[in-house]
Amino acid sequence: MEKKKAEWLKGMQDGIPICLGYIAVSFTFGIVAKTAGLTWLQAVVMSAANLTSAGQLASLSIISAAAGYLEMAMTQLVINLRYCLMSCALSQKLDPDVPLASRMLMAYGVTDEIFGVSVCRAGKLSPYYNYGLISVAMPGWVLGTLLGVISGNIFPQRVVGALSIGIYGMFIAVIIPPAKKDRVLAGLIGAAMAASWLFTRLPVLREISSGFRIIILTLVLAGAAAVLFPVKEEREE
Amino acid sequence: MNTNVYLYILVMASVTYLIRVLPLTLIRKEIKNVYLKSFLYYVPYVTLAAMTFPAVLEATGNTWSAAAGFAAAVVFAYCGASLLKVSAAACICVLLVSFLL
Repeated sequence: MEKKKAEWLKGMQDGIPICLGYIAVSFTFGIVAKTAGLTWLQAVVMSAANLTSAGQLASLSIISAAAGYLEMAMTQLVINLRYCLMSCALSQKLDPDVPLASRMLMAYGVTDEIFGVSVCRAGKLSPYYNYGLISVAMPGWVLGTLLGVISGNIFPQRVVGALSIGIYGMFIAVIIPPAKKDRVLAGLIGAAMAASWLFTRLPVLREISSGFRIIILTLVLAGAAAVLFPVKEEREE
Repeated sequence: MNTNVYLYILVMASVTYLIRVLPLTLIRKEIKNVYLKSFLYYVPYVTLAAMTFPAVLEATGNTWSAAAGFAAAVVFAYCGASLLKVSAAACICVLLVSFLL
């Protein structure tokens, strides 16, 4: 019981930068949602039910265009398919005994940020850590959406810009420390950033949406690394 | 339009949740295959690196302040600062640079 509480609290603490970053990002989403004709309640329900940035932004143009539900489903599938890879990776961090209900609860909070912070925890992952992250980050996402819809631009651009970078700071804090001790990881991270940059520059490749770019790069680079540098057991722990 | 916005939301939330929940609930055992294991071990690093760069440069609306924030985050993370500290360092750095520009 004590351990669960400690995990939850640790998750809440690590969730703070996610929460702040989410407020900044969902604030922008709220503004766009209002422009697209959504009421505050619709925007808030959407944010609470989906908890995803790119998918929600894409949905607005579909709703505005009154496009079909199948198109909505397919768009979300394509944009959010990266969560499938993330959930696969998370499944290996869980003890096989973790009950179904916990897995279903955790699944709600598989976002880029919550995944990033939880998957690189040392050893096995406690669902309670994820509950802690979700319980702090999700309200930030919903609150930012609400503020964006009802108030428009109340925050100076400076502040929104500064908060937005916090999320990337978190990603960096997750991937850099393990790479210090591991040349393969360091090389892999460098290669991923370089390739990702090339994908936004080169003709044809730059037409690929960011969601798909991430899926392609992950499959190719993580796949290549797995073949070239299979992980030995002792390196995992 | 207002009547079916909630239907749209239901459709998108269902699809998104299924993508998230199926692997977590269906893969309950530890994967033994060393290549598959290694692949999943490397997944987060590639995913997070690719999500960070070059998107981070556009996060603040100004490439220079964003680059400064990115650099601050890398230095703090390299020195082993906590998640919260790295994030805060990046935010503060962006704020400072945005006042200089």
